[in-house]
Amino acid sequence: MNRVEARDKVTGRARYAYEYPAHGVAYAYPVQAPVASGVVRSVDASAALAMPGVLAVLSCTDPPEIGSGDDPELAILQTTQVVYRGQLVAAVVASTLENARAAGRAVRVDCVARQHDVRLRADHPGLYTPEKVNPNFPAVTEYGDIAAGLAAAAARVDTTYTTPVEHNNPIEPHAALAVWDPGGGLTVFDSTQGPSADRDTIAKVLGLAPDRVRVVSPHVGGGFGSKGTTRPHAILAAIAARAAGRPVKVALTRQQMFELTGYRTPTIQRLQLGADARGRLTAVVHDVVEQTAIRTEFAEQAAVCTRAMYASPAMRTTHRLARLNVPPPSWMRAPGECPGMYALESAMDELAEAAGIDPVEFRIMNEPRTEPDSGLPFSSRNLVGCLREGARRFGWADRDPRPGIRREGRWLAGTGVAASTYPARRRPSRATAEASGDGFIVRIAAADIGTGARTALTRIAAETLGAPAARVRVEMGDSALPQASLAGGSMGTASWGSAVVKACEALLKNGSSGSADTAEDVRADAAFARHAFGAQFAEVLVDSATGEVRVPRLLGVFAAGRIVDETLARSQFIGGMTMGLGMALMERTGVDEWEGAFTGKDLAQYHVATCADIQDVDAVWIEEDDPHLNPVGAKGIGEIGITGTAAAIGNAVYHATGRRVRDLPITPARLLR
Amino acid sequence: MRVTLTVNGSQRTADDVWEGESLLFVLRERLALPGSKNACEQGECGSCTVLLDDVPVCACLVAAGQAAHRRVVTVEGLAPRGELGPVQQAFLEAGAVQCGFCTPGLIVQVHDLLRRTAGAGLPPPGDADIREALAGNLCRCTGYEKILDAVRLAASRLPVMP
Repeated sequence: MNRVEARDKVTGRARYAYEYPAHGVAYAYPVQAPVASGVVRSVDASAALAMPGVLAVLSCTDPPEIGSGDDPELAILQTTQVVYRGQLVAAVVASTLENARAAGRAVRVDCVARQHDVRLRADHPGLYTPEKVNPNFPAVTEYGDIAAGLAAAAARVDTTYTTPVEHNNPIEPHAALAVWDPGGGLTVFDSTQGPSADRDTIAKVLGLAPDRVRVVSPHVGGGFGSKGTTRPHAILAAIAARAAGRPVKVALTRQQMFELTGYRTPTIQRLQLGADARGRLTAVVHDVVEQTAIRTEFAEQAAVCTRAMYASPAMRTTHRLARLNVPPPSWMRAPGECPGMYALESAMDELAEAAGIDPVEFRIMNEPRTEPDSGLPFSSRNLVGCLREGARRFGWADRDPRPGIRREGRWLAGTGVAASTYPARRRPSRATAEASGDGFIVRIAAADIGTGARTALTRIAAETLGAPAARVRVEMGDSALPQASLAGGSMGTASWGSAVVKACEALLKNGSSGSADTAEDVRADAAFARHAFGAQFAEVLVDSATGEVRVPRLLGVFAAGRIVDETLARSQFIGGMTMGLGMALMERTGVDEWEGAFTGKDLAQYHVATCADIQDVDAVWIEEDDPHLNPVGAKGIGEIGITGTAAAIGNAVYHATGRRVRDLPITPARLLR
Repeated sequence: MRVTLTVNGSQRTADDVWEGESLLFVLRERLALPGSKNACEQGECGSCTVLLDDVPVCACLVAAGQAAHRRVVTVEGLAPRGELGPVQQAFLEAGAVQCGFCTPGLIVQVHDLLRRTAGAGLPPPGDADIREALAGNLCRCTGYEKILDAVRLAASRLPVMP
């Protein structure tokens, strides 16, 4: 079947948050702090207020009333203390977007600057160990005798890898339209990955009962984590609408997104691995240093993937954070696994070479029987199958492991491999199903941010009901529908699908309608280690004169439970791998230490992979029938595609050139240095 | 100022246009045509691609006044009678649409590519030609593979010119 809403999208009819009409609408434009640390002494709005169409100026020197300051990032304009450059310090509300923007530039913010610190370094004096890492893992784990394992190793590596600040950059900039009704209720059209959670958060911040707030978001132009939590623009729209007495739209510019919508923390990761003469790991150490913000903590779980990957008699994983004058880092596609698997899988490649073992075989030799850290049985694990199938399809068997010896004209050629992994979880959700005319309506406050959730849930409902998909309509993207978990953590299909199957089964039993709540089912899920796995193979060509890297072939083989829709799944895997290619070769936000600022805040300077950067990218999968997951049998596919890609490409670049670049992205400058 | 232009075959007028306003702003905010998307406002992402006198442009980079008395075609104009155009149909069938925010710009760009090549009696564009032609239209979801499939599909369906 075709994507349910594709017709609306190809004709331009699909409405996104900013595009809803509202009578008498006004526009708010954020004014951001011009220093990375300091105090706002005054905000002079007189010039702005005299400009055409200006209705109000909100300022942190005259804090608007809110209900809860628990989340300092959402308690906007409540303090004159500035802790990062770009922090919201004022906003202009005006009759048109252009008037608001022009007046925003006329607001004079007088700041006393203080010394700032934006430089992450492995020896930062402020490094501390957080209580938990995202979402709720211990920051430190250790078992076995690390020192003995490393001492006994016949081959070992001790290397440090770094990843830069990376920005999600969904194509749709974050936007919201807030409309207050005369009774004090609020409707927010928001670009969000989870209308239920967004409603609850907006209600709490504004001090409203959740049932007084409604969030509407039928179409969302990508998020990749950056729309997974409520962002300041939505709160600003609501507060500005209250102040102006009119509906208000806020549309962040691409530049504002860099400071106000989250990003992937930079990481410094030290890997110490040892292997015995037979190629068995003797010790694994994964120590991570990352940054977080002054007022909010986000601890990316970069070493958590290592706890699930390879058998070792001794293992330590740690996370430490530095609080810097930076915007709050947050979720970006596969937080944790994405940077973590880059480092682990690069180190595994280095150790395989040091041990003189083929990197595919080396991984297979270290396959664990149970999850190494927890000792739990795997619900299913087909990493070995993915590696073998990928090696067969890619033609790995003929590979000469020696680096830097394959020349095609001025191009150096090489191949590399890396493993992928992502956890398979689910969260409680509710759904209803109702017979209507000659068809069915399924309702759930799920979100389709481009994943194809609307289509996948239509298929799942149709299968359960034994009806053609054309007779099933799924309503989603509205917090007025039955409460659902958000589109994040690759949990959508598993979480929402569980509720949809159950609601449809209830309908079949009851006759005309059914409802479901999976809270009890999720609580009762048996103890298993549940993960999707995969293997990625990359072929690269490196221009020996310029250092340009091309990727003629990228192949991913995944084992992710049941695949609900082949077309959607293939595009999700390939989209993830392509973002991984961008991470490997081009994605990076600059940090200006003097100004305390992100630099290159647009798509001219923050490079994402374009059509012309890609050549042959393919994704296939191994069928998995895992009875320990959920009624759909799916593990989730939105994020695993980006894990391991950068390592596979980095390992191929080493194989091509003999140069091991351990800092992403692998740019020509770094290759030629 | 007043700007009069032809949009999707109809003459349209916008009043009180500020001299600095973009064509994209006029289309989205004044003429109720939000199909063309605003995602970077500086010509980097291609989401606002429209045809201006048959030439694809980023509407965010065209001043509204520059479009006066000229012909503009947006994604809304490629399916005028409630039917889908061949490129739209191919995007739908090939699964080339995900979040949909880059889609309108891509469809206009591909429409132009095929009009200049297969539609003009020339051979259909090869993969390298397609990738180059679409290099200014960023997509963050699909990895472009299904978009390539859609372009090949649309090209294969164009009538062969004698």
